[in-house]
Amino acid sequence: MTAYDRVRTARNTSRPTAQDYIAAMFTDFIELHGDRRYRDDEAIIGGIAYLKGKPVTVIGIEKGHSTIERMRRSFGAPEPEGYRKALRLMKQAEKFHRPVILFVDTSGAFCGIGAEERGQGEAIAENLMEMMGLKTPELSILIGEGGSGGALALAVSDRVWMLENAVYSVISPEGCASILYKDAAEAPKAAESLRLTAADAKSMGIAERVISEEGLATPAFYKQLADEVAAEIEILEHTEDLLERRYQRFRAFGRYEEEKK
Amino acid sequence: MGILKFLYKPQNELEKDGRNAEPSVGEKEYTCPNCHRTLVESTLENDSWVCTCGYHFRIGARKRLQMMTDSDSFGELFSSVVTDDPLSFPGYQQKLSKARNASGESESVITGTATIDGCRVAVFAMSPDFMMGSMGTATGERITRLFEYATEHSLPVVGWTVSGGARMQEGLLSLMQMAKTSGAVLRHSQEGLLYITVLTDPTTGGVTASFAMEGDIIMAEPGATVGFAGRRVVEQTTMESLPRDFQTSEFILEHGFADLIVPRKDEKKIIADLLHMHGGNHDSI
Repeated sequence: MTAYDRVRTARNTSRPTAQDYIAAMFTDFIELHGDRRYRDDEAIIGGIAYLKGKPVTVIGIEKGHSTIERMRRSFGAPEPEGYRKALRLMKQAEKFHRPVILFVDTSGAFCGIGAEERGQGEAIAENLMEMMGLKTPELSILIGEGGSGGALALAVSDRVWMLENAVYSVISPEGCASILYKDAAEAPKAAESLRLTAADAKSMGIAERVISEEGLATPAFYKQLADEVAAEIEILEHTEDLLERRYQRFRAFGRYEEEKK
Repeated sequence: MGILKFLYKPQNELEKDGRNAEPSVGEKEYTCPNCHRTLVESTLENDSWVCTCGYHFRIGARKRLQMMTDSDSFGELFSSVVTDDPLSFPGYQQKLSKARNASGESESVITGTATIDGCRVAVFAMSPDFMMGSMGTATGERITRLFEYATEHSLPVVGWTVSGGARMQEGLLSLMQMAKTSGAVLRHSQEGLLYITVLTDPTTGGVTASFAMEGDIIMAEPGATVGFAGRRVVEQTTMESLPRDFQTSEFILEHGFADLIVPRKDEKKIIADLLHMHGGNHDSI
């Protein structure tokens, strides 16, 4: 499979979306709406549920299934309100000592006049900073597309896992190709250069675990994932210096040389 | 001064010029992109590189710090941190050497300490001549180290942003710099230390969505482009005509995302006032 094959797989509309994972892995999900500032962005869903009997906060970027639903959810491109809703629910989780589990699946933050007027950059920036300091365990799972800052805004976590065919990139391969080769059709070539597959992310330490897609969307698949998430949350809850470790997790990214003077 | 450059040795780190700066006997002329007036270098130099029409020219990082900090006070830190092309990205090495030649800098940001009206500060300035201030791993590392240094030494941070966003050629590792720098800003903030950002033309993408928007006080230069998604991208995606002032400093002030717009000639004074209001910091390091 080439890198671009994985991009296409990650975008496939028949793939399970965040709500499928939530319905299958958790029980008694109660959805909580709105950012308490402006509106409810349906590109992000969030709420409280039980994970194997334990209350957790769960948040996901939702692309939707039917065309009508996909439009309502802006095809999974959150506006600033979506990020602010997510942050509100994360702060709530911190207050009530609930771990946070996040499902990430977006081609990127919403691009539009309103999103810019309401501070898309500021909303993402605030999430990055607040997630870095959130005093409760956070685990992010990239289930499809991990589109740049719009994905990172829900992935400054203690653990980042990726589905085998999920991708994570600083820019879309099409965007990269049109800058680099002046031709979006060169996206497959750009996808290789960008090192955006789950295996690439793992090799760079950006993802801790790659989840096999064997049996994707079957009850056994969800059950195993729920077991693994619950076990990892258990470990994180007993980790001392969680925030220091989270800081160091991100602190380590970047290879550079110390230029000899 | 042109011809003297051959004989003249930099007195301090801010007087180094771009390695390819053209020495010329006659004065260099510039055309204002806004009013198309022709201006000579000495006039612009006297007017902080602001045209009589109010247009603020883009200026390099070293010139910026020279203008905004007390003379001879800047001491550069972390200049030895440079990228090593972690993804072996096609064409990146050539782009880097071009950027290094054009700007005379080894990365898109310079970091260090200085005084502003006697107040000790940690400072960073990004460079439009270096891949339009894009944020690679070394950029993120320098900024992170600066915040860690400022936290350790209880210094406020003042930073001038210019950026097209995260640097594509370093892929995901560039993206991670947004989280890394945000973590360092948070730790600095948790110590009760002041962070002032000055958004200059252009500040966009991953830099807007991280440390540029995380200041306690966010200032912007008049007319600067400030936004997240690029204007052209928004235009193509929405197929709508955009307001004329879309994604300018004035636009983000109106929408509540900047504290104040300050013309360049008043910048140092306002920053100095703010530093004094936060207790100054006259201790030596």
